[in-house]
Amino acid sequence: MKTRDLADLAFRNLREAILRNALTTLGVAVGVASLVAMMSLGVGLQELASKRLSQSGLFDTIFVTPKNNFRGIGRPQREVEADKPARTLDEDARQAIEKLPNVIEVYSQVRFFTEVRFNNKPFATVVAGMPDSSRNSGSFDGMQGNFFSSPTANEAILQIEFAKDLSEKPASLIGQDLVLRYAERQALPANDDSSSPSGGPSGGFSVVPKELRLKIVGIVETEPAAGYGGYGNARLLMPLSTASTLRAAQVNDLRDIVRDNTANKTTYPSLSVRAKSPSQVETLEASIKAMGFAAFSLLDASKSLRTFFSVFDLLLGIFGSLALAVATLGIVNTLVMAILERRREIGVLKALGAADSDVQQLFFVEAGVMGLFGGFLGVLFGWLLGRAITFGTNVYLKRQNLNPIELSSVPWWLVIAAIVFAILVSLAAGLYPASRAAKLNPVDALRYE
Amino acid sequence: MPNAETAIQLDRVSRQYTMGGATIQAVNDVSLSIARNEFLALLGSSGSGKSTLLNLIAGLDRPTSGSITAQGQNLAELTSIELARYRCNTIGMIFQSFNLLPRMTLEENIELPLRLAEVAREERPGRVHEVLERVRLTHRLGHRPTELSGGEQQRVAIARALVNRPKILLADEPTGNLDSATGEAVLSLLRDVQRELGMTIVMVTHERPLAERYADRLAIMGDGKLLSASEITKEAAQ
Repeated sequence: MKTRDLADLAFRNLREAILRNALTTLGVAVGVASLVAMMSLGVGLQELASKRLSQSGLFDTIFVTPKNNFRGIGRPQREVEADKPARTLDEDARQAIEKLPNVIEVYSQVRFFTEVRFNNKPFATVVAGMPDSSRNSGSFDGMQGNFFSSPTANEAILQIEFAKDLSEKPASLIGQDLVLRYAERQALPANDDSSSPSGGPSGGFSVVPKELRLKIVGIVETEPAAGYGGYGNARLLMPLSTASTLRAAQVNDLRDIVRDNTANKTTYPSLSVRAKSPSQVETLEASIKAMGFAAFSLLDASKSLRTFFSVFDLLLGIFGSLALAVATLGIVNTLVMAILERRREIGVLKALGAADSDVQQLFFVEAGVMGLFGGFLGVLFGWLLGRAITFGTNVYLKRQNLNPIELSSVPWWLVIAAIVFAILVSLAAGLYPASRAAKLNPVDALRYE
Repeated sequence: MPNAETAIQLDRVSRQYTMGGATIQAVNDVSLSIARNEFLALLGSSGSGKSTLLNLIAGLDRPTSGSITAQGQNLAELTSIELARYRCNTIGMIFQSFNLLPRMTLEENIELPLRLAEVAREERPGRVHEVLERVRLTHRLGHRPTELSGGEQQRVAIARALVNRPKILLADEPTGNLDSATGEAVLSLLRDVQRELGMTIVMVTHERPLAERYADRLAIMGDGKLLSASEITKEAAQ
């Protein structure tokens, strides 16, 4: 029989026992729904975790430092490999890294100790410059107040703990000014040749105290500039461009003096390189290392996270599949019942010239159609269930004064996989009834009342 | 040995069943030659094996021993798929209880063998109309079998049996569920069809008077055997 005729007959048969077939299909749908809901929660949680982590910049960022950086007192200097000479992390290097493929941005870490004066009281803290791109990093989601109005604004965002130090009512700080006291580097003219036997080291710099008035525009509860590279947590954030123009004395300045690196070029203690996606981090990291810098990323942590979620999804999938397994029994039952009911019809079909394979295919298609509809409905139910769980969770989170989250996610691959899985499972369930129907003796079947 | 004029040749055909440890000889060593365009009535009491013999000729069952040749095909040599094709293309069958599918309209019932024979869709309506016209039921095309009288249902069954233009029509007690007038009408239709289309008809019945009136030849069975070794002609029966 041709496929279209088979499908016609199968649909007709399914329509005839509409209630029973609809209930069986509903069983499949519930099974698929539980599978989809479970998987969507798994995927949703994975996306949520990945999003938070990638927004944190930890997984798509490579931290670049000069190879012969200070490693702390009492620790030996790293060996510098002969074929990869250590390079200075200066503006040239920054531009060279920026030209590497898949690099979104390269920015320096500007962090320095400062004394903040607020209401004429001094408070010591670390200041960090934040690149404008961090606006969308998620770290500032749910902050009080606003992000910097421009990349060069004289504005500050305070970390909540620091804000609490400044005032008992942190929210009231927004809109107020504070004064930043910092040490500015001022380059000195080069030493006279005659007084320098080695000939021509730079003149170094002097450090001059300076003040800058900043307007507090926001308070953030997360730690967008959590310390890496040993610089400590910064609790006062300002636009990176503004921070760079201050020429505030930084940790590496003393080292640069000793090494005579200051000659007319800005050097950086470290650079943050953001890759287009975490998958490109590994290659990029290797390229940067090949350029003669030290580089590290948290990719390994991200890998183990992926492994964790793979196992987690698998477990959720297994639990979700249990309902589908029960639904499978429903299909077997429905089709076996249909064989009993349609025994005579099978006999007639065979008498009219249907081969065993025609009868088998007919039952197979009926099982497949139930699987197809069950799959579609199940995906819909599963999606709705996921939405309901997300809604319920968000109502709870709102009561706890927490930000809403997207708990479930139904990506396209899950939709297609669920429907295909439902069809496959239904076909497997149809195997036994179909072969039983095909083997029916037509003479017995025609005699059946 | 079958010749060009033989439609069906049965050579020492036997069919036995095992039921609850006992062996039942449903058809026992039957040899019979049925000519092309012949209308043969197979008579016998209940359990005489005539329906079993009909099923064997139809290819719905296989003999335990002996051979059946129909339209030049030795059924024993056919695979189950070839046998299904043989039932589809060479044989048309009608039954005592009509065996129309109640969920389908007349048109769909009659179209069923065309679907099985994979006849092109565009050709089907014409073929259905043609056979419905022959049984004079074109006005009931969209009706369901349950909306028809017994006689009408049997006429639809005949139309369904004819739609694939078979060479052999097998009828298993076609008048068994009909009153005598309707039964006669059905047999009259069968004879017309046989003559107009040049078909071979084998009809199982236990209504001898009807058989004598419409069949060309009678064969009588009893206890699985063909009782009359010689063919019984209508004249002899009268």
